[in-house]
Amino acid sequence: MSEPLPDPTNWVCPLPLRETKRIVLGHGGGGILSEELIENLFLPAFGSAGLPSRDSAVLDPGGGRIALTTDSYVVNPLFFPGGNIGDLAVNGTINDLACSGAQPLGLTAGFILEEGLEIEVLGAVATSMGKAAADAGVGIVTGDTKVVGKGGADGLFINTAGVGVVPDGIDIGPERARPGDHVIVSGSIGEHGVAIMSVREGIDFGTTVTTDSAPLHRLVAAVLSAVPDPAAVHALRDPTRGGLVAATVEIARAARVGVELDEHLVPVPETVASACGFLGLDPLQVANEGKLVAFVDPAHSEAVLAAMRSRPEGADAVLIGRVVEEHPGMVVARTAFGTTRVIERELGEQLPRIC
Amino acid sequence: MKYLDEFRDPVAARSLVESIRRSATRTWTVMEVCGGQTHSIIRNGIDQLLEGAVEFIHGPGCPVCVTPLEMIDRALEIAARDNVIFCSFGDMLRVPGSSADLFSVRARGGDVRIVYSPLDATRIAAENPDKEVVFFGVGFETTAPANAMSVLHAQRLGLANFSMLVSHVLVPPAMTAILSSPTNRVEGFLAAGHVCTVMGTAQYGPLVDEFGVPIVVTGFEPLDLLEGVRQVVELLEAGRAELRNAYPRAVTDAGNTVAQKALADVFTVTDRQWRGIGEIPASGWTLSDRYAQFDAERKFGVGDLRVTESAECRSGEVLQGLLKPNECPAFGTTCTPRTPLGATMVSSEGACAAYYQFRRLAASV
Amino acid sequence: MCLGIPGKVTEIWDEAGTRMSTVDFGGTTKTVCLAYLPDMAVGEYTIVHAGFALTRLDEASANETLRMFAELGILEEELGGLSGEELGA
Repeated sequence: MSEPLPDPTNWVCPLPLRETKRIVLGHGGGGILSEELIENLFLPAFGSAGLPSRDSAVLDPGGGRIALTTDSYVVNPLFFPGGNIGDLAVNGTINDLACSGAQPLGLTAGFILEEGLEIEVLGAVATSMGKAAADAGVGIVTGDTKVVGKGGADGLFINTAGVGVVPDGIDIGPERARPGDHVIVSGSIGEHGVAIMSVREGIDFGTTVTTDSAPLHRLVAAVLSAVPDPAAVHALRDPTRGGLVAATVEIARAARVGVELDEHLVPVPETVASACGFLGLDPLQVANEGKLVAFVDPAHSEAVLAAMRSRPEGADAVLIGRVVEEHPGMVVARTAFGTTRVIERELGEQLPRIC
Repeated sequence: MKYLDEFRDPVAARSLVESIRRSATRTWTVMEVCGGQTHSIIRNGIDQLLEGAVEFIHGPGCPVCVTPLEMIDRALEIAARDNVIFCSFGDMLRVPGSSADLFSVRARGGDVRIVYSPLDATRIAAENPDKEVVFFGVGFETTAPANAMSVLHAQRLGLANFSMLVSHVLVPPAMTAILSSPTNRVEGFLAAGHVCTVMGTAQYGPLVDEFGVPIVVTGFEPLDLLEGVRQVVELLEAGRAELRNAYPRAVTDAGNTVAQKALADVFTVTDRQWRGIGEIPASGWTLSDRYAQFDAERKFGVGDLRVTESAECRSGEVLQGLLKPNECPAFGTTCTPRTPLGATMVSSEGACAAYYQFRRLAASV
Repeated sequence: MCLGIPGKVTEIWDEAGTRMSTVDFGGTTKTVCLAYLPDMAVGEYTIVHAGFALTRLDEASANETLRMFAELGILEEELGGLSGEELGA
């Protein structure tokens, strides 16, 4: 990046924007107001101040296949313990690429702003995005801004797309899970969902839980280089909405295999467990934004665990289950008492808009 | 001592299971009348662990499930009115009335809010003096003290815009109704531990004497449930009908006398319809006359409403323990959590929902 | 809905004549009304339901119950009911 990034907590509005405290419809109009917003807010935040503007970013993929993903972020509230919609968007999109075994090449950032949104809020979000992208070593290479009338957008919506490259020889996908595979989770679960709920209106409870939002592409790269043949890693998924349950059920269904999880081995921090107990929620269903589930060839699961644990974002990686031939498409949890129960995805959102 | 993990210890669970299996010379039918216990039994597979020694019949312990259809329809009518903020525990939102549920009322623009405590509703009333705020007061004796206090609170603050739609139900009359039924199969009871923290244990002695069944006050964690069952089976094997307390760390014989005083002041006993079961005399609480101004039923004049229950729904039989959820033809087919026919599939403590959520491989394959 | 979970009272104060408290459920804290437990003290454990503390948890009684479970375990082992293997069969 060409300039040091401004500190998100100390964001000061540069001159041309100083007269406007809030977003107006004109900021999405493509005219002078739009240009000022881009030049003075977005580009500095993303660390590309002064780069010539183009209609599209042009990236050189090198070899391999292109991976492409998109996500929209409508989380409410915009700011939550440990993060905000901005860094959530950056990390979430990087993680979608990572779970295909792709090395991220670049991200887009499309904003839909509500008329009346405070410029300060937008500045803080954009700066967080720039920081998250810089920390991950991935550029935000292009974007777009539109403004909708009051009431149209909960303040701020973000759409991101991510482009990455999957090196030759890597073939990771849910349908590749097969009986005998070991199921590994990269760390403790439930933090993001609990962090969001703790600041949701009407629920309020005190907690020290913060979001676990983090980019996982380096973790994946470490895992892929630790195994003698990357084909040993069959499937990866980041358990976001719907938690661990949704991630494993989707893979079980895609591969038409059964999955058995040892419930008491799944790492749940005490603070998450107590919040879930208090709210009557199952930690297995709660969203995560900095974790992944891996389905790997059992002969290499030790190497995968060691690789994960060698990185801070995978320090608590643990084996939690296995793939079986029985009950294809279904995930069964074995309790600490030796009893079993089929685990199902929730009907819909337990709460609106957690990511 | 944190009072949680210690009572989930798998090794101790194993000893309790072995002890029960060792002492049971036949299969005994045991009922719990508490949605929280039903949920815990099925979630932890306690019924699986004791198969052959104990058959669980899940009683009508989910207050959401037994709230009469007329009451749901009254709630829907009030919630749909302009100028009303309708507050409720989350579980009630998807319970089907005759033709809608609170969730759909909200989707159509009604101001329906989920609260954790009735004090949240009084706070909303204080903050919105130009609106009518109504709280849906359902629950057993465990929830009633909270509801009573919110009425007293509203009175103290002079909140003329606050009222409560009361539909409280009581455990002992339900147990009496079940034990009096000619089709009763229940041989022993687990009494609801948290209800007893409030009411004490005195009401259960007469039931033991009248019907000759052992009743054991039981908690919610796996070890508590196993210990409650262990004591019931011990008594059954010895042919002794007695009242025992297997949850002494939380339950005293006297209960919470401060709460009981408030309950006696704020509520009076009434006959109540139990959805799926019918009328059980003196089985509910309604607001006493001196608090009439806080009674939403009187305030909104939601009198006689015509109710239509789904013909296919057999939750009544499930609630009485006559039918297991997975034995109902609609279970998992026309009746699922997405398209519930009755309340037992909606509430997270309902037997049908618990069976669906925690269903077993054998029942699924 | 009818969740009654144990937590520790960490703070007590008076709010317009009503006793209120902060209860800690192992890292999650909530404001809870103590109106029904007038002599509840900081450091004690309670069961909370719908925003109200309903009963005091008796530590001695809890320990007694756990001790009884442990004794049962020893008895069952003597009777041959327990094998040395792990759960999960």
